[in-house]
Amino acid sequence: MPALDRDDVAHLARLSRLQLTDSELDHYGEQLDVILGAVARVAEVAAENVPPTTHAVPVVNVVRPDVIVPCLSREDVLAAAPAAEDDRFRVPRILDEEEQ
Amino acid sequence: MSDLTLLGAAETAALVARGDVSAHEVTARHLDRIEQTDEAIHAFLHVDRGLALAQADEVDRARAEGAVLGPLAGVPLALKDVFTMQGAPTTCGSKILEGWHPPYDATVVERLKAGGVVVLGKTNMDEFAMGSSTENSAYGVTRNPWNLNRIPGGSSGGSSAAVAARQAPLAIGTDTGGSIRQPAAVTGIVGVKPTYGGVSRYGLVAFSSSLDQGGPFARSVLDAALLHEVIAGHDRRDATSIEAPVPRVVAAARGELGGVSGMKVGVVSQLQGEGYQSGVQARFDETVELLTGLGAEVIEVSCPSFEYALPAYYLIAPSECSSNLARFDGMRYGLRAGDDGEHGVEQVMSMTRAQGFGPEVKRRIMLGTYALSAGYYDAYYGQAQKVRTLIRRDFDAAYKKVDVLISPTTPTVAFLIGERADDPIAMYKADLATLPSSLYGGPAMSLPAGLGDDDLPVGVQLMAAVQRDEQVYRVGAVLEAALQERWGGALLDRIPELAMGGVA
Repeated sequence: MPALDRDDVAHLARLSRLQLTDSELDHYGEQLDVILGAVARVAEVAAENVPPTTHAVPVVNVVRPDVIVPCLSREDVLAAAPAAEDDRFRVPRILDEEEQ
Repeated sequence: MSDLTLLGAAETAALVARGDVSAHEVTARHLDRIEQTDEAIHAFLHVDRGLALAQADEVDRARAEGAVLGPLAGVPLALKDVFTMQGAPTTCGSKILEGWHPPYDATVVERLKAGGVVVLGKTNMDEFAMGSSTENSAYGVTRNPWNLNRIPGGSSGGSSAAVAARQAPLAIGTDTGGSIRQPAAVTGIVGVKPTYGGVSRYGLVAFSSSLDQGGPFARSVLDAALLHEVIAGHDRRDATSIEAPVPRVVAAARGELGGVSGMKVGVVSQLQGEGYQSGVQARFDETVELLTGLGAEVIEVSCPSFEYALPAYYLIAPSECSSNLARFDGMRYGLRAGDDGEHGVEQVMSMTRAQGFGPEVKRRIMLGTYALSAGYYDAYYGQAQKVRTLIRRDFDAAYKKVDVLISPTTPTVAFLIGERADDPIAMYKADLATLPSSLYGGPAMSLPAGLGDDDLPVGVQLMAAVQRDEQVYRVGAVLEAALQERWGGALLDRIPELAMGGVA
């Protein structure tokens, strides 16, 4: 299990969309190292030919009749939005952003 | 009328149904109790006196009009703040959802309302249900009514504390890796994680979708069963909801399915001994002895893969959490930070999440992101899912030999607030005994077994096969009766009232 350096942690933080300070990166890096060391124990288990379990109680092919049912009203949904404009969510600019 | 906050749910509902007391009166007395005690306990994040009394009045009106009331009509309940309910904020213990008013009711809430259960308010929890102490809430710690310096368990610590402190006879919690059973154990009450898929997750804010399950807290096995039946059952809005009759948990709790004589009970070798406090082990051993005395056949069962439940869980749950919590991006609801016209959308998302999430949530998101990333997926997430299969096989093999499995619920009694706050691994070990059945998906109950170290409550855990929830209620009810006979009353009778500021 490779120890995480600050660049690794910074990369993880970026993928996770978490803007962290350098000291936070160091702090979380140390803790993640310890946790990863503990969870890496799963590798001790011989499980080559064991199928994975994705769900506790597998249920397959859940379908419903293709009928239109009422959904939430636009007013109700936008009432919870941090910013709304012209009956839509207002979001910060999405173009011309420098690649991080 | 004697103190209504001392009554259980079944008793309260019977009084209301007979008209001996109004739902309004019952609700008002519990709201008073919250007012008197919650400054010390801090179980609730939100209480709405008006809304609660209006629900109670509705029950009283229905009764006056001759309507047939549900089995828990007029009984007050504390709702974990991870379920959406219209007319109240839902925070999940996080700053990122501060002030969010959901536009819809969770299925659990719909069923509670339909059954005339009165929701008093929303309870504190570890942020997004990640934790074992409720210290990870962004809104302050909740204190254990048995000892205010101790944790009430987590993540459903507000719900467990509310029931133990007689602020409500019932509460709803959620259990992903032990978040109902562990808080129940350390506060001396009953808590049940139903079979995964038994209770709808619609409106339950997701942490780890393959594990999250809502369930009841109560002060007796029968009360837990009554609440279980009110909230359980198929819901087509949750694709993982089980389409089958709800196990007969109330009948089981009433002894109608039989006692424990002749039942086979398995003691799990891997969930006792080293790592378990002496007081916890002692109460557990006595409970097992008691079961033998009641006619159960007790055998030891080995489940070798349980040793790997903790590492498997702390890969699977964070992986699912990193994906589920991607929705909190500051665009459609909740907090938005840095939206000043200068920052683009990606930066706003990163600033919002940095500001809105607490340390444990950040740790788990990054851990899950790591475990799911290319190059590590097979070694971590993939391998953890294979271990999950082996754990399931251990359970399947065990249930060929026994009807229920038994273990201590937690390795220790309630630890001190702050004791494990900055040591994630020490915190994770609180779930040692509850994780296997979470990964397997079967029902599991924690039941008070007496007092252990520092005179604090100890819980025993009963586990059963998938969709055999009635088995844990059947054994739980018999054990509860036998233990209370030995104690000469309920364990909660011994809770020091002075701990809550001398309120009688």
